[in-house]
Amino acid sequence: MNFPFDSDFILKKKKSLRKKLLSSSKEFFEKRIAVLGGSTTSEIVSILELFLLNHGIRPVFYESEYNRYWQDAMFENQELATFKPDIIFVHTSSRNIINWPSQQNSDDEVERMLEAQFDHFVSLWTNLKETYQCPIIQNNFERPNYRLLGNRDISDLRGKSNYVSRLNQKIYGFARNHGDFYIHDIDYLSAVYGLDKWHSSFYWYMYKYALNVNAIPEFAFNLANIIKAILGKNKKAFVLDLDNTLWGGVVGDDGVENLEIGPEMPMGQAYAEFQEYIKFHKDMGIILTICSKNDEQNALAGLQHPNSLLNPEDFTVIKANWNNKDENIYAIAEELNIGTDSLVFVDDNPAEREIVSVRMPSVATPDIGRIEEYISVLDHSGYFENVSLSAEDRKRSELYRQDVSRKQEQRCFGNYEEYLYSLSMQGSIEDFKPINMQRIVQLTNKSNQFNLTTKRYTESEMQQVATNPAYIRLCGQLRDKFGDNGIVSVVLGRIQEYALHIELWLMSCRVLKRDMELAMLDRLAEEAQAVGLDRLIGYYFPTAKNGMVRDFYRQLGFECINEDDSHNTIWSLNISNYVKKNKVIHLEMLT
Amino acid sequence: MTRQEIFKNLNLIFQDVFDDETIHVKESTTAADIEDWDSLTYVTLIITIEKHFHIKFDMKEVSGFANVGEMADAIERKI
Repeated sequence: MNFPFDSDFILKKKKSLRKKLLSSSKEFFEKRIAVLGGSTTSEIVSILELFLLNHGIRPVFYESEYNRYWQDAMFENQELATFKPDIIFVHTSSRNIINWPSQQNSDDEVERMLEAQFDHFVSLWTNLKETYQCPIIQNNFERPNYRLLGNRDISDLRGKSNYVSRLNQKIYGFARNHGDFYIHDIDYLSAVYGLDKWHSSFYWYMYKYALNVNAIPEFAFNLANIIKAILGKNKKAFVLDLDNTLWGGVVGDDGVENLEIGPEMPMGQAYAEFQEYIKFHKDMGIILTICSKNDEQNALAGLQHPNSLLNPEDFTVIKANWNNKDENIYAIAEELNIGTDSLVFVDDNPAEREIVSVRMPSVATPDIGRIEEYISVLDHSGYFENVSLSAEDRKRSELYRQDVSRKQEQRCFGNYEEYLYSLSMQGSIEDFKPINMQRIVQLTNKSNQFNLTTKRYTESEMQQVATNPAYIRLCGQLRDKFGDNGIVSVVLGRIQEYALHIELWLMSCRVLKRDMELAMLDRLAEEAQAVGLDRLIGYYFPTAKNGMVRDFYRQLGFECINEDDSHNTIWSLNISNYVKKNKVIHLEMLT
Repeated sequence: MTRQEIFKNLNLIFQDVFDDETIHVKESTTAADIEDWDSLTYVTLIITIEKHFHIKFDMKEVSGFANVGEMADAIERKI
């Protein structure tokens, strides 16, 4: 039900969707919404209900009889008075404009017609306001379904297109000067949907719908966004990932100087424009925060990149560490003292979004697509739909009421291991094969963070190692339900007497916390035992970037046997009674 | 597609739209036979059928179907 949604599915399955939404554990609060239509509204109301339920709003509807919006509003209406609407939506369209100018009219006549048409609506809104004293949402007018004067239709005072645009300007003026009056922008919606498709006259002649029935989900989604904003259900903060979300590349591996951000390259431009889009939100009062799997100093260094429009001081909270993201998001919500349902989590990695969406269903986790789509997806989602100040005030009291009853987050996965199981991970760990050599060398020379020794090899050096019987070599690949990560880990051990000396152990940060390292250790121990070795010797050589694996061997059960002045450490593990540690990755058979 | 297959597909569409797995449409089925079938669900039914079979009904057809059999006739003509 969040953007981008499947309109066909929503139209077809609305009955079962409704049941599902109503039976969810969500807490609903009831709102009474009067829909006064200048055309058929039944499908609009039934789809609008779904989107409102998704926002935790349970609507009760009043629907005017077909095209009775004017009569319902202007004359004494016992039924509507008894209904006591919380919000009134006036669903009119260009089909409801009565007096169109014609070629015979003088400029003055057209002006008078326009005034009369506008007055028709002003008296409607004024009467509704006086009688019901509640917010009013009014459609603006969409471009007409034909242009009699061709391109001149938009500039000539007698053109329908010109007439509609001037009528709209008058309505906007009214909106600027009156509180609790909101424009539902169907002029924009019909343009985005495609005006010809929107006006598909079949639905007008057959059922008196002023728009294509297939466009109703888009229409209802947009309308629901205004309603939830009026009722104080807007989001309040962004929780942003860094690598490949705010810039291209991985700062910890690629280094600040190699990040894609800024005007030189197409990708850099795309990230820069996205940063600008995010930064504009700060000016609207939206809180910006960071949640990134990174060392904090790397994260800050990236944000200090000369081309980064977003700087550390733009963010209220920065969580850059190696904890699970859902834990960090809880911490962010707590520090900001807002509910997790006020957060929008923006991350390019579908696996991270999945774990957050399952563990914290109240956090919005939009599928932002590719970098060139990020802005469009977020912009259409309407998380921060802007409403006037008077509504903001009301929203506050509404929020306090809900605060009291806000339930504890429901966690669908009992623990992290269950989540890992749900990823259906399949690994393969094997000796170096010629076809993999290029990637092995590349990964070896590129990995900086999860890299115990940061030893670099040329391709020919690696070729020599590959054929040397004194080495045990492991190349690990990992697949999960989101796709194939390819080769993600490389381990090299040199056999010397009864021990295996681990000269190289590295892993791509993309698969951190997936237990891939445990699977690698299992295989390493197995291979070492097979050639009669009884211990593994690990080395950790600290660099500016590999702080995250400082305690790696300790966590695997190794004992520290030496530490020198530069904090280089040596570790030992007895493997004569080695018990396998990996449970969650299913390993393919050795070939 | 045989007429039998068209009906098999129609049946699934009806079950989806009315959210009722007990529905079994026949040649002679009309709005009177299905509890929730009103003009509103009829619109949904028509657009779902159109998308499913990749066809478009014209206005005359949509106004004229006397029963599901006649719908199937129109589908047969178009696919």
